[in-house]
Amino acid sequence: MGKLDKFIEVGRVAFIANGKDSGKVCAIAEIIDQNRVLIDGPCSGVRRQVCDMKRLHLTRFCIDLPHSARTAVVRRKWTAAKLDEKWKETSWAKKLEARRLRTNMSDFDRFKLARAKQIRNSIIALAAGKIRKEAKAKPNALRFRKPNKKRHIKKE
Amino acid sequence: MAPKAQKKPQGKQMAKSSAPHKPKNSAINASRLMKYSRARIFQRKAAYKVKKVKTPAKKSAEKAAAAAFVVKKIGGDKNGGERKVYKKTPKSLPTQVASRKVQLRPKKTFKKHVRRIRSNLAPGAVLILLAGRHKGKRVVLLKQLESGLLLVTGPRKLNGCPLRRVSQRYVIGTKTRIDISKVALPERLNDAYFRRQRSAKKSAASAGGSADIFAKSDAAYAVSAERREDQAAVDKALMGAIKASGDGPMLRSYLRSLFSIKSGQRPHAMVF
Repeated sequence: MGKLDKFIEVGRVAFIANGKDSGKVCAIAEIIDQNRVLIDGPCSGVRRQVCDMKRLHLTRFCIDLPHSARTAVVRRKWTAAKLDEKWKETSWAKKLEARRLRTNMSDFDRFKLARAKQIRNSIIALAAGKIRKEAKAKPNALRFRKPNKKRHIKKE
Repeated sequence: MAPKAQKKPQGKQMAKSSAPHKPKNSAINASRLMKYSRARIFQRKAAYKVKKVKTPAKKSAEKAAAAAFVVKKIGGDKNGGERKVYKKTPKSLPTQVASRKVQLRPKKTFKKHVRRIRSNLAPGAVLILLAGRHKGKRVVLLKQLESGLLLVTGPRKLNGCPLRRVSQRYVIGTKTRIDISKVALPERLNDAYFRRQRSAKKSAASAGGSADIFAKSDAAYAVSAERREDQAAVDKALMGAIKASGDGPMLRSYLRSLFSIKSGQRPHAMVF
């Protein structure tokens, strides 16, 4: 179990994981009961609606909202807290963006990616080859071997 | 009781309205029943005021029928005295007029079939061929021919695929587009140009003439001069277009490469 540091509370910024509006962030405006909350994301295109807690993944952001704040208030607090930029900077959002780019790659994009990987790997291989060659040239130099390993010694 | 409809000045004073057509009758609750009966609609439209225009087409038909035969007098008693002699023997001389079933939707010949094209296939699109001699190759779509088949080319310089017809069913259309607005296709590239040539001997044999069935079939397919010419012209223009496009060198190696599904790739989830 992870740290219990993120709570469902009024003002908590949550990520909607599935169903309608999945992939968007919103703020919790009110807690209805044990399972449901009222969410609102005017800056992220989420309409004010009831949402099941199970759909929400909590972020570490929390804005100062009075409970049952109306949409205009949520918008004001959200923009004041600059949550759009803060969310984009998180590695969570970056990973989502990377995944989105990857799935939307066209056939040509996939080709370019494969070609770029190939070029990068050939550069790495060349450099590694050079290092290996230099290491071989030095007789007593530290070789790429594990110490204290039993080695088969050639009979001379 | 419905209120009495106000009478509007009709006839001469009624100008031709440019307003959209508002049908006077409508269906009840999406059923086949109409709100107003035929008689009622006749009254509502004041159709009794509309004079029927006689179609003159009937007269010409009668004339044509009259010219088909000549009336000749014959001798002898009690045999009518006249005979209709047809100039051209009609196919049938029926005693009764056959009732023709009105073809509301007559059979359409192949020529008249509607040719559709997938929305993502536009001239200049890069296609992946899935079947045939050139399967796996990425080719450029030039245009859709009249038969509905797609005209593609490698370009031949890049992947060996010549100017060729291809069915859109055996093709994946990718999102990649090349601007071929400046590429002028020769006029003669049509379905007849690409039609398979049957040898003269074979066609004679099939027509029923005597041909030696043991005769060797004609020599292997030889590329005609006009094909070479057209291929060179189109390739040159197309290579220019590829160079001019943003990703020139990458596009070239892309078109040279072959498509394949790698392990872990799911075609139904991929964007092409």
